[in-house]
Amino acid sequence: MTAGARVVAALQRGRAVALVPALSIALALVIGAVIMILSSPLVSGEFDPTLPVTAYLAMLSGAFGSFDGVVRTLVNATPLVLAGLAVGIGFKAGLFNIGAQGQFLIGALTAAAAALALNDASPFVAIPVALLAGMLGGLLWGFVPGALKAYTGAHEVVVTIMMNYVALAVLSWAVSGPLRGQNVTFARTDDLVGASLPIFLGRDGHIGLLIAAVSVPLASWLLYRSTIGFEIRTTGANPDAARYAGMHPRKLIVFTMSLCGLLAGLAGASQLLGEVGYMTASFSTTVGFDAIAVALLGRAHPVGILFGALLFGAMQAGSGNMQILAGLPVQMVGVLQATILLVLTAEVVVRRLFRVQASGPELVELASVSRSYGGKGTG
Amino acid sequence: MTPEVHNPAPALLEMRGITKRYPGVVANDAISLEIRAGEIHALLGENGAGKTTLMNVLYGLAAPDEGEILMEGQAIKIASPHDAIERGISMVHQHFMLVPVLSVADNILLGDEPMKNLVFVDRSVASARIRELGASFGWEIDPERPVGQLSVGWQQRVEILKAIYRNAKVLVLDEPTAVLTPQETREIFGVLRRLKAEGYAIVFISHKLYEVLEIADTITVIRRGKVVGSREPAATNEDDLAELMVGREVQLTVDRGESHPAGRMLEVEGISVNDDRGREVVHDVSFEVHAGEIFGIAGVAGNGQDELVGAVTGLRRAHRGTIRLGGDDVTRADPRRLHKMGVGFVPGDRQRFGLVLSFPLADNLVLNDYYHAPYARGLVRDDDAILRAAEASIAKYDVRTPSATVPSQTLSGGNQQKLIVAREFEGDVRLLVLDQPTRGLDVGSIEFIHRQAVARRDTGVAILLISAELDEVLELSDRIGVMYRGRIVEVLDGRSASREEVGLLMATGGRTSGIQEQIVETAS
Repeated sequence: MTAGARVVAALQRGRAVALVPALSIALALVIGAVIMILSSPLVSGEFDPTLPVTAYLAMLSGAFGSFDGVVRTLVNATPLVLAGLAVGIGFKAGLFNIGAQGQFLIGALTAAAAALALNDASPFVAIPVALLAGMLGGLLWGFVPGALKAYTGAHEVVVTIMMNYVALAVLSWAVSGPLRGQNVTFARTDDLVGASLPIFLGRDGHIGLLIAAVSVPLASWLLYRSTIGFEIRTTGANPDAARYAGMHPRKLIVFTMSLCGLLAGLAGASQLLGEVGYMTASFSTTVGFDAIAVALLGRAHPVGILFGALLFGAMQAGSGNMQILAGLPVQMVGVLQATILLVLTAEVVVRRLFRVQASGPELVELASVSRSYGGKGTG
Repeated sequence: MTPEVHNPAPALLEMRGITKRYPGVVANDAISLEIRAGEIHALLGENGAGKTTLMNVLYGLAAPDEGEILMEGQAIKIASPHDAIERGISMVHQHFMLVPVLSVADNILLGDEPMKNLVFVDRSVASARIRELGASFGWEIDPERPVGQLSVGWQQRVEILKAIYRNAKVLVLDEPTAVLTPQETREIFGVLRRLKAEGYAIVFISHKLYEVLEIADTITVIRRGKVVGSREPAATNEDDLAELMVGREVQLTVDRGESHPAGRMLEVEGISVNDDRGREVVHDVSFEVHAGEIFGIAGVAGNGQDELVGAVTGLRRAHRGTIRLGGDDVTRADPRRLHKMGVGFVPGDRQRFGLVLSFPLADNLVLNDYYHAPYARGLVRDDDAILRAAEASIAKYDVRTPSATVPSQTLSGGNQQKLIVAREFEGDVRLLVLDQPTRGLDVGSIEFIHRQAVARRDTGVAILLISAELDEVLELSDRIGVMYRGRIVEVLDGRSASREEVGLLMATGGRTSGIQEQIVETAS
């Protein structure tokens, strides 16, 4: 196949794969519009059928209407790309990593610890070490459920959910105990000045953005061009065939979960060092959970995850503008994101509604979602 | 029933000009069929010929684009299986539609429960009727026994009882013998003859020629969605039917010359293997396969063959005994090491072990070899090399596919198996393990795979063939080991062994007893 033909084939496949997510987003926006109209009496005192138009335009201009808005979108998307990959690569191996949130928190925490220790060191030392510490922390939080799954059969969904709580508890303990700052009024660390990520774009475009940008082609390469990716995908699609072919599904499960943890940990470290600047007990955003929606929206493909993360990032970036111009609370964005996720998981409904034929083979990766609920396991 | 039931009798069921199109294919092209009461009508055709589609139309699972169905001369509409059952048309599927944890009675009642009142099912009446029905066939059936505890043969009877219980007049059996032993087949044939005598119309779907010749009154052959001929068994033979079915002359038996066995390639010495539940199901089995010979293992499914194969191919571990390949101990070798040592393996469950259905053909063709040159350099896959090799294999093994990049699940069963054969037979192979290599395949694919196996034997490869298809074992094997309850009870010479002799060993393990004589009697 020539390079040209390959590109054309990839585009055709992309169109077939992206159709349902695109329709799901459209449907979610329509449902969102209905909710907005229904709630408009609370905003303006009377029914306002044009409210959704105002709101969506405001959101759009907030996210893309200015240079700062675009940068905000990108910065918001950064942890979602990395954590989205942490969930998506898991899907490829037939694993449902609900633990991205915990891995994200632990990654942030270990990065914070390293950054505090190196607060007086040169940034050229402190930044790489802190990021590395974040990756290692996340890796550990992924390795444990991976190993338990591979060697005892403990289901990764259960284990990762529990480890999310453990991570939260460890975080609270650390910031109110050993890592608590000197002159602070509530449970938080000192400012992490030494390892804070440099800004290179606009007001808050930190270099974590570049890390996320590089991770997408790297993940693509790993999954589709490397032999390890082939093993991961084979294990996910058919673990029996993987064993038959001489692969080692158990080792691959441990490897994949560790890699997922590493990516989510990196997301946490980048978010902490690039955005927040200090660690608090309330650092727990919902990045790790939003990442599940992003991975599903992106059909577990790195490029799809990039688009999914950008969409969610843009919605968050535009939410402030929407609140100002349309008078809708920022929580409306949460409603929209949840609706997208709901519609996505009800793919059958979307297909029926838009009369889309199932496009060739089912996406086996996503089977790991349904398989997690008492279906056939990968053990 | 009148004696001149054969031709003058009007058709009980008639399908006229049935056409069913799917995107890109015409599955049924103006098929007409007349089914009479008191007649066994065989529908013969290769996989993908359109038999199943036709029966799905009859059973209301597919709506025909053209044509009509008449019952006793009246045009009827069958929009769902419910309609079909209402009209007295019942289907016994190849894969039984029974719920294993439910009792015989529950399975038979399922979907049509007799109600005591609005809420509760009236089980006692149903139970008694089922017992009675069974007794009328001479079967002692316990309606309260869970279906999962019954043998495959008995499960099939439950399916048939279910049809009769629902007052079926037309009984469609889709490949009913595919899962049965020769003895069970003979028994089910008895049941079918009996049903015929009682005036049922039976449609018998099959691709096994000798069975059709034995049981049918009329044989309709379908090829590529069209009726290509109709025969009466007395006026035809296997070669004629095979030619009709495939559209060209087919060699039913492989021309295999003398084998020239050389040194021992595979030596299995006293191995015992457990199943998934930890019960020992292979006991102290020993045999050897020489280079250049086909060693066939015959046996009723579930006598330890799967576990034996698992031990030989590295998917399972023998907890006693040793396995040697070309003199090297491979008892604890994993699949990759065995593959490197020249073991090819065509697994029995091809969709579970042999293929990743969602992956393109090209990826499936390198499933064992993806990690080394020329398919990979270091960690990087060489997609061009993989594709080129795939295209060569597809051409060499005549895999029918639009391209090497389509997912393998789009292929027919025969082509999927050819894909596996293409992968496993190539390269420096010393031992080939063929587990049920032609299960569920059509005549053309079977012929192809048998030829390839013999060709590999003649290049000096040792072949271990495991098949529940007795004919296959008899046809290909130079030596035959018969497996019974986890042991190899006898090793016979492949050329002199008779069907009855091997069938008997399969059924009884060769212990002389009253049962044995009884079976010999029924067999002859």
